[in-house]
Amino acid sequence: MELEVRKTYKLYVGGEFVRTESGRYDAVESAKKKFLANISRGSRKDLREAVRKAREAQPGWAAKTAYLKGQILYRMAEMLEGRAESFEKILRDSPGLSPAAAKKEVRASIDRLVHYAGWSDKYTALLGTVNPVASSYFDFSVPEPMGVVGVVAPNAPDLLGLVSHLAPAIVCGNAAVVLVSQDSPLASLEFAEVLATSDLPNGVANLISGHRDELVPHLARHMDVHAIADAGADAALSKQIGQDAAVNVKRVRRYLIADYFSEKAQGLDYIESFTETKTTWHPIGV
Amino acid sequence: MSTIVEEKTGKRQAAEKFESERPRLEFGGAWEYSPAPESKDHVRIEKRYGVFIGGKFVPPKSKKYFETINPATEEVLSEVAEGGAEDVDAAVRAAEEAHRKRWSKLAPAERGKYIYRIARMIQEKSRELAVLESMNGGKPIKESRDVDVPLALAHFFYHAGWADKLEYAFPRHTVSSIGVCGQIIPWNFPLLMAAWKIAPALACGNTVVLKPAETTPLTSLALAKICQEADLPPGVVNIVPGAGETGAHVVNHPRVRKVAFTGSTEVGKIIQRAIAGTGKRLTLELGGKAANILFEDAPLDQAVEGIINGIYFNQGHVCCAGSRLLVQESVAERVLGKLERRIATLRLGDPLDKNTDVGAINSKMQLEKIRELVACGVEEGAEIHQSSCAIPARGFFFPPTFFTGVAQSHRIAREEIFGPVLAVMTFRTPEEAVEKANNIPYGLSAGVWTDKGSKIFKITSKMKAGVVWANTFNKFDPSSPFGGYKESGFGREGGVHGLRAYVELS
Amino acid sequence: MSTVPSLPFDPASVPHVDQVGVEERASGLGKRSIKKEAKKAGIRLAISMIDLTTLEGKDSEGKVRQLCRKAIQPMPGDPSVPHVAAVCVYPNLVPVAKDALAGSGVKVASVSTGFPAGLVPLPVKIEDTRRAVAMGADEIDMVIDRGAFLSGDYAKVSSEILAVKDACGDAHLKVILETGELETYDNVRKASHLAMAAGADFIKTSTGKVAPAATPAVVLVMLEAIRDFYLDTGKRIGMKPAGGIKTSKQALHLLVLVKETLGDAWLTPDLFRLGASTLTNDLLMQLTKEMTGSYQNEDYFTKD
Repeated sequence: MELEVRKTYKLYVGGEFVRTESGRYDAVESAKKKFLANISRGSRKDLREAVRKAREAQPGWAAKTAYLKGQILYRMAEMLEGRAESFEKILRDSPGLSPAAAKKEVRASIDRLVHYAGWSDKYTALLGTVNPVASSYFDFSVPEPMGVVGVVAPNAPDLLGLVSHLAPAIVCGNAAVVLVSQDSPLASLEFAEVLATSDLPNGVANLISGHRDELVPHLARHMDVHAIADAGADAALSKQIGQDAAVNVKRVRRYLIADYFSEKAQGLDYIESFTETKTTWHPIGV
Repeated sequence: MSTIVEEKTGKRQAAEKFESERPRLEFGGAWEYSPAPESKDHVRIEKRYGVFIGGKFVPPKSKKYFETINPATEEVLSEVAEGGAEDVDAAVRAAEEAHRKRWSKLAPAERGKYIYRIARMIQEKSRELAVLESMNGGKPIKESRDVDVPLALAHFFYHAGWADKLEYAFPRHTVSSIGVCGQIIPWNFPLLMAAWKIAPALACGNTVVLKPAETTPLTSLALAKICQEADLPPGVVNIVPGAGETGAHVVNHPRVRKVAFTGSTEVGKIIQRAIAGTGKRLTLELGGKAANILFEDAPLDQAVEGIINGIYFNQGHVCCAGSRLLVQESVAERVLGKLERRIATLRLGDPLDKNTDVGAINSKMQLEKIRELVACGVEEGAEIHQSSCAIPARGFFFPPTFFTGVAQSHRIAREEIFGPVLAVMTFRTPEEAVEKANNIPYGLSAGVWTDKGSKIFKITSKMKAGVVWANTFNKFDPSSPFGGYKESGFGREGGVHGLRAYVELS
Repeated sequence: MSTVPSLPFDPASVPHVDQVGVEERASGLGKRSIKKEAKKAGIRLAISMIDLTTLEGKDSEGKVRQLCRKAIQPMPGDPSVPHVAAVCVYPNLVPVAKDALAGSGVKVASVSTGFPAGLVPLPVKIEDTRRAVAMGADEIDMVIDRGAFLSGDYAKVSSEILAVKDACGDAHLKVILETGELETYDNVRKASHLAMAAGADFIKTSTGKVAPAATPAVVLVMLEAIRDFYLDTGKRIGMKPAGGIKTSKQALHLLVLVKETLGDAWLTPDLFRLGASTLTNDLLMQLTKEMTGSYQNEDYFTKD
């Protein structure tokens, strides 16, 4: 048997696969304690760089047509489908899912991307309103992206958790910086290759692996991050996110999702959480 | 040396001569308006107010009272209870009981009928409420009469109709109420802010503990009386006057399930920090430093009216005030001339006079803050333009003011002054205007003035602000969502979007 | 060739007007509370600014003589009430009015230029004007060719005003825009600048034959045009709202617009007129109410 060529799992920042600037690593083992890979233990400077790239990318991404955004998300589903088997293998290794469970998670992740792809040109009509004000003005409200969204992905399910929070954040024009699962990040890091081959503009989605306790406070205190989806912090860290977020009045959503496979784990509410409502008034006259 | 001086003097004299010969308009006393004060004789003010808990006015357990004054005369109007921890606790318990036993069990349509009833009663008392608002807050009677009170009752009318239609607002969800809402409101639109807070909370089946601002409790207490007279079940609305400490008790009370705050960004951040990890819901409507962008192709005279309304409405005590003017260089001189002439016609004085445009500053503290920032503007080298109107000897007043020669780096261009003070800056291109408008931590509102339709859509879509007024400013309506981006807060008030903060969805 | 100089008119440089904004501003000024001394002074001022008007096909010498009496002495027995500014009639009745008003200080104004449509050849307009002036008119109220204006033929409108101004000689020229037919405030503002540049001494809203006429917002737009023209050129142009002004409340509202847009200098009959046929008695009734405290009955006021 020929020797296996192992993959170096890197961070995904600004469309590039990079090692952590800190030079630190964590070893990932299989459920049976077999060594699988060394992954980057991301630093606050990696995080800072990711936010910078996200900030650069966000206006251009938001300006793309809804139709194009939908196609790109669908493309992500296509790319994931094409690599379904390798993702299943990773999930079997770490976190060590059964073949059936691994398959189920990959299928659900693909479906979730397709689900959100279809939302791109529909959520505006559902979240927007024309408001019948009692004066001669045309008054309407539309959802707009918040800007840079920090995502603290759940530890499990690794891949589906990432997709479930990343997709609704970016489909409405935000750029995201995701702290992927701390315990079993391999499938999430592998997902960077899906992002890189889906025509998603560089910087719109950035993936950082590392230690929550170390990274989350920097994300929550970052003045250029406008919102945080907190789906993976424990109660104490969650409270700290809430406190730190006040530094620039960040919007914080905490998600305690028992079943990521459920229909309840997707839908318009997840998009709405990462939109601002802008109301515009204009006189009606000649 | 002396020749240079002479040359300069000569130039100045020439300039002065040119100035004196230039056509100018005189707004003097050719035909003076006589005083037209709104009468106060139909306004009932008690000597002393308790806290309003469980449908009754009761003496505060804190045993403390504070004086509330008329900022235009500095006269004491009444003594108002200052709610302490025990009072807030009693109010929250009354609200919780009312929620559990009565309000959440009531058929939604019946809930709506109570709210309609409150709206009607505000309408019936609108004159009294307007006068009371102007007496306690200093705002011109024409504003309390034509804006504050009509909008307040419109908010009750609007939200009353939602009570039995919430399932339509949130399809595919089961809608339920949250419970006790702790609401803290500011002094700039006392009754209107109470309406913004109470009406949607009640429509969605919640009960309320409201803390009015320290300087302006009287119309909230009048609203409490209306709740009584409307037979609103006791405890559905509780009103606990007080200052920051009372507010902190409301925010930190463990049985409060939702906090709604309108006020400064500084306090908003404290509240956000305080409730972290408690699971309480929060909406914040905070400060602003809105830009009015005036393009050369704007309808100039209406734009000037919009600028005036944007900054001098309610003495500039408006979180969404258009406190920065960005004017295109090609029309800057023309616009500033118009602005200068226009502030000369603003009538400052007795808030109860029906012809007053600019009333009293809400408090001595606020007046001092305005003075400090204006002094800072002068010190930092901006050019001050001020109405030469007479300032009443008593009361807190500040003349309409604007600064030219302002840069983004001036403090007056960055800090919320919350007074009748405008900072004027110029720009050359649309991109520069957008960049400057957004170059601020706030994002509550913005104004865009141009007669070109496509430009309106482009520029308004680029504004990082929750409310954008195109060719108008400072317009409000209960059906229109209001709220900020960035450090101006989160959540919306009004419209379908405003309901979201007051419902539990499953 | 005309002997009267005109200023250049560039339609592109005329500022746009936002309908909702200008109507809000105009109605906002309608909320000024004019009480007590201000009301009395305002009413007297308004009376002194009236162009007392009769423009009916059935106008006769008898009607005009009676109207002139009312113009000189609106309130018999009360010398504190001033005479009106002018009597406005059709050209044929100018000699009658001239005779009836002789020595009173009340001016004679004549409509002209094929009033009210203005759709007659320019030589006829010039002749119409010359004859009215020759018969004694102190002031000429001409109409513009709205058809030409709306079709963009500004040169035609301009040159006709210029020619009529020339025909006026010493008589003052008021140019009627007929704002009800111009329909938009942009048109009103543009026509105002055009008329002022072409030599109008006054600009006037309406003939009284078309509604809407002198709405507060239309008047405000014209006052703002006058203000900007003055600041640009130093020339003070007068303003005359006409048509549908029937009540004291309306008249005082218009005075408020003048006071807060143009200031003190325009609060005089030399620069502001109110074209009206039935306004006078309402002003007198309100004035009397202010002085006596009693609400009034119309039979105590003369109808001529």
